[in-house]
Amino acid sequence: MPAVDVEDLWKYYGDYPALRKVTFNVEAGSCMAMLGRNGAGKTTLLRILCGLSNPARGQVKLLGAHSRSPGTRARTGIIGHGIGIYDELSAIENLKLFGRLYGLDDPAAAANRWLERTGLDHVKDGLVREFSRGMRQRLAVARAFLHDPKVMLLDEPFTALDDRAIEMLQSLLRDALASGCTVLMSTHQLREALELATHVGLINRGRLVYTGGRTERMLADPGWLYREYGET
Amino acid sequence: MLFMRQTLTIAGKDLRSELRGKEAINASVSFALVILLLFSFAFDPASDLTLEISGGLLWLVFAFAGALILNRSFSREQANDCLDMLVASPVSGAALFLGKVIANAILLTIVELICLPVFGVFYNVNWTRQLGGLFLVLVLTTWGLTVIGTMFSALTVNLRLRELMLPVLVYPMMIPGLMAAMQLTTVLIAGEPIAGDNMVWLRLLIGFDIIFTSLAVALVETVLVS
Repeated sequence: MPAVDVEDLWKYYGDYPALRKVTFNVEAGSCMAMLGRNGAGKTTLLRILCGLSNPARGQVKLLGAHSRSPGTRARTGIIGHGIGIYDELSAIENLKLFGRLYGLDDPAAAANRWLERTGLDHVKDGLVREFSRGMRQRLAVARAFLHDPKVMLLDEPFTALDDRAIEMLQSLLRDALASGCTVLMSTHQLREALELATHVGLINRGRLVYTGGRTERMLADPGWLYREYGET
Repeated sequence: MLFMRQTLTIAGKDLRSELRGKEAINASVSFALVILLLFSFAFDPASDLTLEISGGLLWLVFAFAGALILNRSFSREQANDCLDMLVASPVSGAALFLGKVIANAILLTIVELICLPVFGVFYNVNWTRQLGGLFLVLVLTTWGLTVIGTMFSALTVNLRLRELMLPVLVYPMMIPGLMAAMQLTTVLIAGEPIAGDNMVWLRLLIGFDIIFTSLAVALVETVLVS
């Protein structure tokens, strides 16, 4: 059973079809990098997968169940376009809040563990509004991993991260993949994404124009896929 | 059990956020006090008329001041796309909604409790003669107003003119609850208990709360997922 199963997905904004007949799946323990230009439909696809938006047609299953089912949501980790963190709360308060909402037995322990893993333990009592963009993104990473998700849906996860933080996130994602987690990420940072990905998808104007395994050729020349299948 | 814990977690988060910034509550208290002050120039505190309109006057002030709190309820979640993370989490729409209603009801009650003594002084009214009944009406009406206001706050959160749209949409819906509250408050401030014909208004208020709470809880999931 695939961890992410998308079948005949359509989404319209007014009359404009943002997604057209998108069908693909991601096997458990795999990492798919979903590539595409701005406005291609990557974020729309991820929002539907996260259960934040309803498709016009088609169906989405995560871990064999509907993406809006509480059980699925409890096992899904998300990094969205916005960081999903409260500015007026401290780092630890934010993580404890989400720990409680995800029903963790010990939200404080989980929060402290992930603050340490993301290198934010020294500012755990600081208000998020005082954080830099990179620190906020790291906190968003900690929030996404907090409940040990089985599927991770990441929209531009490397945005605003410096080299060390990118390495940290790649390392966390590798560990998650090794433990059987499935990752689907959209990104413009091809090299970082392709280093992790086992599979690659390319969306062009709402259509999924390519899906397949990541090849050495893609690693050597990250722009090749765009030139071959994308817009010129 | 998990539902209750999630509801209280949302309520606690909203209260903590608000009490840290005090944006909505400061604006709401200031607005309510200014209206009370201005109305006190319009009506003679020594006149019987003041007593007769006291319930209506108080609830108009609370309804206007409450809009400032309700406006912030879901717009607070827009920064950093926090609402998306809440909707994507395993929290049910009902728990998210009720948590916000509880937080808003507590904040509006704080505003009301600050305004009542000021009202007593400005209008030379002893409002403490039926304290139990008055607090019952206060709690029931505040709950009804915040249920409707929070629901419409969720509906209008993505509108450009939400600060304008919320009162325009909410006040007509509040009319039955406000009418009952105004009648009962006037009676209670006059020192009479809720009895006889006035029980109809109390029943209306309870029915108003039950109907709108049930409707909102049933519909909120649809409202939150576009």
